[in-house]
Amino acid sequence: MSAHKLTQLKMLEAESIHIMREVVGEFRNPVMLYSVGKDSSVMLHLARKAFYPAALPFPLLHVDTGYKFPEMYEFRDAYVKEIGAELIVRKNDDAIAKGMNPKEFGVARCCGALKTQGLLDALEEGGYDAAFGGARRDEERSRAKERVFSIRDEFGQWDPKNQRPELWNIYNGRIHEGESVRVFPLSNWTEMDIWMYIREENIPIVPLYYAKKRPMIERGAMLIPYYKHLEDQLHAGEEPTDVMCRFRTLGCMPCTGAVRSDATNIDEIVAEAAAAKRSERETRIIDHGANTMEDKKKEGYF
Amino acid sequence: MNVDWKLSQEIQLLRLVTVWSVDDGKSTLIGRLLVDTKGAFEDQLLSVTTKRDAASEAEIDLAMLTDGLSAEREQGITIDVAYRYFATPKRKFIMADCPGHEQYTRNMVTGASTANAAIILIDARNGVMAQTKRHTHILSLLQIPHLIVAINKMDLVDFDEQKFNDIRDELTAFCAKQGVKDLITVPMSALKGDMVTKRGERMSWYSGPTLLEVLESLEVLGRVDEKPFRFPVQLVNRPQTKELPDYRGFMGSIASGTVKVGDKVTALASGQSSTVKEIVTFDGSPDEAFSPQSVTLVLADEIDISRGDMLVRSDELPNSEREISANICWIGDEPLVARKKYVIKQTSNAIRAMVAAIEFKTDIHTLAHVEGDELAMNEIGRIRLKLQQPLFYDTYENNRLTGSFIVIDTFSNNTVGAGMIV
Repeated sequence: MSAHKLTQLKMLEAESIHIMREVVGEFRNPVMLYSVGKDSSVMLHLARKAFYPAALPFPLLHVDTGYKFPEMYEFRDAYVKEIGAELIVRKNDDAIAKGMNPKEFGVARCCGALKTQGLLDALEEGGYDAAFGGARRDEERSRAKERVFSIRDEFGQWDPKNQRPELWNIYNGRIHEGESVRVFPLSNWTEMDIWMYIREENIPIVPLYYAKKRPMIERGAMLIPYYKHLEDQLHAGEEPTDVMCRFRTLGCMPCTGAVRSDATNIDEIVAEAAAAKRSERETRIIDHGANTMEDKKKEGYF
Repeated sequence: MNVDWKLSQEIQLLRLVTVWSVDDGKSTLIGRLLVDTKGAFEDQLLSVTTKRDAASEAEIDLAMLTDGLSAEREQGITIDVAYRYFATPKRKFIMADCPGHEQYTRNMVTGASTANAAIILIDARNGVMAQTKRHTHILSLLQIPHLIVAINKMDLVDFDEQKFNDIRDELTAFCAKQGVKDLITVPMSALKGDMVTKRGERMSWYSGPTLLEVLESLEVLGRVDEKPFRFPVQLVNRPQTKELPDYRGFMGSIASGTVKVGDKVTALASGQSSTVKEIVTFDGSPDEAFSPQSVTLVLADEIDISRGDMLVRSDELPNSEREISANICWIGDEPLVARKKYVIKQTSNAIRAMVAAIEFKTDIHTLAHVEGDELAMNEIGRIRLKLQQPLFYDTYENNRLTGSFIVIDTFSNNTVGAGMIV
């Protein structure tokens, strides 16, 4: 490789850093959504690179549903402390007080209340005019249509048929009072890129991504994690069994499936991702209902 | 371990734009590329097979995979650019999949602006049509370095070499007039699979590369590192911490060229000069950096630089003008009119501008220059802009990043034009 050529990962890195710096240049009060997953970990790592040697010029915001894995909370608190970032945690307390859960209320309603409404409330409360999210275009077909700077109206909603054209690497950050923008610096990354970059940069990730024997519930083709404090979310007749498995994506415990795997280190995960025949979103219950990702995005979901 | 993916850290990125017309075999070709290179997953394919026999690939409605919005699937048309990703052991591809219909010219311009190469599809039965010429014109205006024309549906013309040669010759003549620098033609049957990722056996008369071989061998960035150093400043980094009380770094992406520690640089607009003291990155301080890296530069002297300024090597100054001419693709709902004021954004620099004149409009069907006093959505022309302050730029032909700008409507805040400085 000649001296002046960048690998594709380094090109993606340069593009993401460019996007983050434009946001800080164009907006008054940005925030970075941090979901503790692998994409968030990569996004946060890129942000540290973008503003080095200064501290991050924006806080991290975790919209917590209360249903995240204990390992995620543990990782979140330790890592944020280690890198000295400012973390804001917000929950939709109203819905949680009313006992919102996917089993009784349905997955769509639960996500709508705990994630979408929780996010919209947190963004409004913080007065943020720009929010970084780690979504990638390769994840899902409506996300393939998403802009890097995605304008949201004052209700936080997406109008996919009327998106602002995005040309060259020039981003138009002008918005009206009350509007905001969701920014996706990882738009052009694929799942494979994320894993290869985690390996290349040695980025810490939640241990749930690595294979281990875990107590699981087999529900149809899905492997759902078993946690004692969530026994009321089990369906009739379900019993936990130990399964060697790992998580390709991390969401809420009752709604995130695992995959059978023996990949216990990053090299094995990269190899597994390269050979995968099915997309990572397959293990997310939220993607499988009649209420599609496009519908949820229109309502304000990431 | 999968050996290919271990090596893949070395692979490069090629940005593609694909422009389609109705029924030219778009879905079949994208589907074949995605399926043959593992750009689509089984469950994504299964989710679009809808009640048909999932085992049969031919039954998969690939448009259902490629059209991401419910409105597109309802209406059976592609409205907006969709980005798709696929990779081979040699390269990763980002494909901006654009509708080719005239009313979506603005989407095509959007998808093409970042592309290193374009693929146009032609139905071998129809040959070069008016829309092929329109697409070629727009792509040449955007200076896409490589234009690949896939002459598809060769199976419907009995894989006839003469047919292919006729279309190729007509295209070559047209592209020469349009200033297309690198035209590559490939005969193809996306449906049968000939010359997409595999050669097939029905066109032995064709000795050139398959489409995928073309994509894997194109030069990615050209000689962007040999061009003059251009560093639009995005932010000034001032940590103001106990350890770094006086640190001032200039953050940006290198639009073109290279920079070394010790280089004499000039800041525009101030015109003040200094030397590069340190190139700062999270991963250490290299002696040299190059396009398209994102870095932070620390200079030896305190000079006046802020967001929107540009650092250049002192012996390679760009143009500086308060009046510029530019080719414009108009993408706003309301037409561009003479005398109207807009904001233009070039790199990270926003400047007020007034349309001094519409020099000509391009008749999109004949490509002739015609007079006009406005440019409606999807129209193309050349305008002269008066600027509130001098703009530091290169021509678009010389530099796609410092020669391009967007036009912003100050009332709607929307991006309404794509400009290329001549």
